[in-house]
Amino acid sequence: MSVRHRAPAVPRAGSGRTARAIGVLGELLITLGVLVALFVVWQLWWTDVVAARHQSEVLDGLGWAYQEPLNPPSAPSASAGTSPERHDAAPVDAEPADVGTTFATLRVPRWGADYVRTISEGTTRSDVLDVLGIGHYVRTAMPGGIGNFAVAGHRTTYNKPFNRVEELRVGDALVVQTADTWYVYTVTSTEIVRPDQVEVIAPVPGDPAAAPSQAQMTLTTCHPMYSARQRYVVHALLDHWLPVADGPPAEITGSA
Amino acid sequence: MYGWLWRSLPGAAWVRVLMLLVLAVVVVAVCFEWLFPAIAPHMPFNDITVDD
Repeated sequence: MSVRHRAPAVPRAGSGRTARAIGVLGELLITLGVLVALFVVWQLWWTDVVAARHQSEVLDGLGWAYQEPLNPPSAPSASAGTSPERHDAAPVDAEPADVGTTFATLRVPRWGADYVRTISEGTTRSDVLDVLGIGHYVRTAMPGGIGNFAVAGHRTTYNKPFNRVEELRVGDALVVQTADTWYVYTVTSTEIVRPDQVEVIAPVPGDPAAAPSQAQMTLTTCHPMYSARQRYVVHALLDHWLPVADGPPAEITGSA
Repeated sequence: MYGWLWRSLPGAAWVRVLMLLVLAVVVVAVCFEWLFPAIAPHMPFNDITVDD
């Protein structure tokens, strides 16, 4: 009540000051809105630009990464009988000691002829996922190793290595190259899980207590797109391997 | 706020427009280079790993 009595006592200059304050507040809110819009532009577009530039430099810097586009599948060639594919125990590199060390590349024919991305040690966003692309969960198996070679990658933004993850079908090839070896995995299943379901990257996916007997690979990324509510998970099994010296596998050259 | 900025800038109108454009570019650059990368990890999307 006392406030109402005091209201008429406020001088006219004061109401002018109030109007100015509201005007400034309005301009600040408009500015904030523009900044939020800028953030969306940065997140959805600029992070792709920066990450793509950096990752292609890293890829070129490896020196051994095979980057030729895939050939379309063709009729079996005359040399098909002497396939260099190996199905015995694959050679396995030691896990890099430092987070951020790039040690492999991933090619997925389903994701396009030019799809080549680097795989680096670690899954921290600032060191690996936002910068280098695909990250290898530390202390999971290395490519070709018995256990689960588990990697994570962005599905949107930061050059989105796993953008087309939902297109993968059972039987699709995931081709991993290291300095010395090609490893060809075949997709066996996909699933959607909660973010805390770490058993998907266990040596035997889904069964953390079990001892592994197979060389598996697992991809994790966000789901649904533009959300972190769930995780989209792809499991694959090592089909065969071959030394880099024996040339790219048929999944790459198309001469299968 | 912006009225005050406009009035306090010296020079002809086109000079002021030019200065404001440069200012806008600087603000966007600072946001893209430092501000947004600093706040992005705290946003509740973009998490892609499984963890406890």
